Amino acid sequence: MGDLLMDNAIYRNVYNFVVDGLGAEWAWLAWLVAGFTIIMLVVNAVMALATGYTWVERRLLGRFTNRIGPNRAGPMGLLQPLADAIKLLTKEDIVPPRGDRIVFNLAPVVMLASVLLAVGVIPFGANSYLADLNIGLLYVVAVSGLGSIAVLMAGYASANKFSMFGSMRAATMLISYEIPLIMALLAVTVLAGTMSMVGVVEAQGVPFLLVAPMGAFVFIVAITAELNRTPFDITEGESEIVAGHITEYSGMKFGIFYLAEFAALMVAGAIFATLFLQGWKWPILPSYIWFVLKVGAFAIIATWVRATLPRLRPDQVLAMAWKYLFPVSLINLLALTIERLAFADAAGALGSSELWLMALINWPLTIAVVLLMARVVRVTEPPSRAPMTIGLGGGVR
Amino acid sequence: MYGAGMAKGFAVTLRNFFRKPFTVQYPEESAPQHARFRGQEFTWYEERCTGCASCAKYCPLGIIRIVTDAEGGDDEQEGGSYKIDAFDIDQARCMYCGLCVEACPYDALHMGTRFEAAQNKREDLVITVEMLRARDKHPSAWFRPQLAKDQYNPYAEQAGWEAVGREPYYWHPKRPEWESEEQSQAASADGDYKG
Repeated sequence: MGDLLMDNAIYRNVYNFVVDGLGAEWAWLAWLVAGFTIIMLVVNAVMALATGYTWVERRLLGRFTNRIGPNRAGPMGLLQPLADAIKLLTKEDIVPPRGDRIVFNLAPVVMLASVLLAVGVIPFGANSYLADLNIGLLYVVAVSGLGSIAVLMAGYASANKFSMFGSMRAATMLISYEIPLIMALLAVTVLAGTMSMVGVVEAQGVPFLLVAPMGAFVFIVAITAELNRTPFDITEGESEIVAGHITEYSGMKFGIFYLAEFAALMVAGAIFATLFLQGWKWPILPSYIWFVLKVGAFAIIATWVRATLPRLRPDQVLAMAWKYLFPVSLINLLALTIERLAFADAAGALGSSELWLMALINWPLTIAVVLLMARVVRVTEPPSRAPMTIGLGGGVR
Repeated sequence: MYGAGMAKGFAVTLRNFFRKPFTVQYPEESAPQHARFRGQEFTWYEERCTGCASCAKYCPLGIIRIVTDAEGGDDEQEGGSYKIDAFDIDQARCMYCGLCVEACPYDALHMGTRFEAAQNKREDLVITVEMLRARDKHPSAWFRPQLAKDQYNPYAEQAGWEAVGREPYYWHPKRPEWESEEQSQAASADGDYKG
């Protein structure tokens, strides 16, 4: 582990500073101090970004619905996240008396951990990453799977039927959408020839959004479902099941769920930028600024989607995953594999000209597949019901 | 075409995004109300009031209390008025139906045009006769077509007691002595006070 982190300049400098000052026998302390330093930096950066984005999202949602949005706390309402945090911290901390106290308290922690763990392998800028895992994509998929466990924990421990409904819906939805998501990531791996996030960025002579638009489409739809955002927010559908798995949560525990949701959006944007938008690359501006801009663009589009689309029914959500996204992701994987076998040179690498050629093939293919596959999930008229009768004959049917 | 509905939806939200927000920032600015707004702050003209207490009788909630001077006003047997000692309207229970205003035979009581009468105690919500006397006169044009006729704007201007009645000014018992009968009839030929 130590060797892996030695690539990181901050880690290396702090480690060497402690070892030089205290001697080589204090290496364990140097490892601890340096590790906590980078963890603190990255975690705080992600949390600050997520907290700030709560304000951005509320302002944008306001404008999309012809309102102004929060503008009272501080200039332009910029202190609204702070006001929210103070409000949440001063609220009563309630644990349902019949609930499972330990699991109930652990669920928000697991939720946030699943998000923050994924940050470890994302390259934020040129040579700025915590660790260059050679199985980076697999790691991201594995740790983000913890999120569905946290939702199940919250639903089970709340001893509330609405919470249980919510977490059961979440279990079905998150597991269903993980499959097309992983298929899309697998296609990226085929294209890049590596699972390392840094390697994927380096392999992108051309943005993979242009080379594999079908994969990007599947990724965006599936990640929207993974994030529990509209139109896939059946997990906490306010009009159906009070707030789903967070019904019983109050105070800062609710706040952590809320924050984890936004941090997950940020991380999803970071993964999308890394895999499909050349990560930190792009000229003129510094690499980390490009990265934040790309994440912001993804988040703003996600907010636009949230402001526009209504919630789907649970059966529609699952039909979308299994009948539509899964076949599309399989076709995507197959097409990219064949193209790679056809175009890769002797060393197995793809040059820019080959990537452009693949883009030329993939765009018409994407449009054709996306539209043709839509026939599969076409809305058919439900069987007509007998009219509702009230009165003689046994009340409401 | 699949996805056309979604594209339309995105276009709608995007159009709204660039539109001016509909929100009115209330404490700083208030939403414009119609001249016929049935608001708080009843406007009362002592010059027009005869103390008949029709308003108190018609109030469905019985929240208007009127006390007239037992000693009598200015020759009420000859069409004069009672002297008003108390005119309490309990605004805490008022539902702003406006029946008191409809009932007033002399157009002495009018609905108000304001909506910011919040108080800390229920007792403070009772309007007394002193408050009614001291108040700026911004009568609402509700049930007063003679006010609505001249594009009267209660939010910008006040209205004197001579201008708010529906009867020709000539017939009002309290007309000033300086005016001759002919003058007055000519002035009020169209039913309006020309002052």
